[in-house]
Amino acid sequence: MSLARRIIPCLDVDGDRVVKGVNFVALRDAGDPAQLAARYNTEGADELVVLDIAASRDQRPTFLETIRRVAAELAIPLTAGGGIRAVEDARCVLRAGADKITLNTAAVARPELISEASLEFGAQAVVLAIDVKRVAGQWVVMVRGGREPANRDAIAWAREGVTLGAGEILVTSMDRDGTKSGFDAELTAAMSSVVSVPVIASGGAKLPAHFAEIFTAGHADAALAASIFHDQIQPIRELKAYLSALGIPVRLPC
Amino acid sequence: MKITLLDYGAGNVASVERALQRLGAESQRATTPECIAKAEALLLPGVGHFETLMRALDDRKLRTPLLDAVGRAVPFLGICLGLQALYAASDEAPELTGLQLLPVRVRSLPSVVKLPHMGWNQLLMKKKSVLLDGVASDAYFYFAHSYAVIDQREETVAVCSYGTEFVAVLEKENICAVQFHPEKSGEAGAQVLRNFLRLCA
Repeated sequence: MSLARRIIPCLDVDGDRVVKGVNFVALRDAGDPAQLAARYNTEGADELVVLDIAASRDQRPTFLETIRRVAAELAIPLTAGGGIRAVEDARCVLRAGADKITLNTAAVARPELISEASLEFGAQAVVLAIDVKRVAGQWVVMVRGGREPANRDAIAWAREGVTLGAGEILVTSMDRDGTKSGFDAELTAAMSSVVSVPVIASGGAKLPAHFAEIFTAGHADAALAASIFHDQIQPIRELKAYLSALGIPVRLPC
Repeated sequence: MKITLLDYGAGNVASVERALQRLGAESQRATTPECIAKAEALLLPGVGHFETLMRALDDRKLRTPLLDAVGRAVPFLGICLGLQALYAASDEAPELTGLQLLPVRVRSLPSVVKLPHMGWNQLLMKKKSVLLDGVASDAYFYFAHSYAVIDQREETVAVCSYGTEFVAVLEKENICAVQFHPEKSGEAGAQVLRNFLRLCA
């Protein structure tokens, strides 16, 4: 009896369509969010993440409608984020059917937002998303969809975020994202060892061995990926059977 | 029979509503004492803080009608914080009293493990259970909490282990409660809800 490592497909959404980029650029259409959600729900995904990559004010109603449509398909937890700047934004996302929210750029600009959301909805509903790039041997926090560096060390920011009330950390390696060369196990392990909450690793997944590595050497509690699941390069069932055979605890779908 | 969902402003009423809908069950939201007084079956969903829940119940004057309903043997299901609310008190908000239907205190899970206890975990069945009827013994359920009931008493029918053993499922006469989220636990969770619905029929 042990806590299963989680496999989490991520839908990057622009309005009402799923899109996918390489190194945070070159976006292309990857399908209907609700259809993909329904597929992942039956294929044995442990959770689903939906991110509004446009995160613009005028697109907000479309994104909330997307959350509603996605939530209606799921009997597993849903995390949604992108463009959450205030407790009221978070409330709208949770009311639309998400169980957790992710905070990113707005939390870097105003860290108290983490505490406010955590007090209002509980730490279990607040995921701090950190986009990280390695610059001159240091892990630097990137904001605005990974376009701008924030003057912050990623590991220190993760620790501060947890102190402020984040219940989970979603760490994305921008160096690996879209490259299919494997998760950044070194970065994830460094983060996992300093925070007392679960860490979700993201960016770079392709092979089942990448997942095995991030759960062992990377000490990740969950692993997130997008295109390899959307494009059916890596069926979730097979991935979990592979991990289970290696002795990594996973929830095998029935 | 219609399931009455306690809607106290917080909580994830919509997810539970959708899960019941998928099983073909009728439900209605209750926000007033009158609605609870008329309930034939009650469900208390819950996420968030113990204080938010208890204060919301008291502000809306729902505590007494809720206790009355349980007293007249209305089938009751508490989910997550809805399980914790049944107890005397919680370390999460030490100055407040719970519903006191069960003695002992809700404790913080030990900090030797990562908290919140977040994700899918298995149960250890202790007794024959109505809620877990037809559920595989190795089934996984979705948990998201940092507090739990550590003291095991006669109503404990299944426990989960994370840092320590804690109550995952309890059944006492018409009172049922689960620490996990059946509405988020795929097919295994649906089976638990189905079993509760059968109890209500």
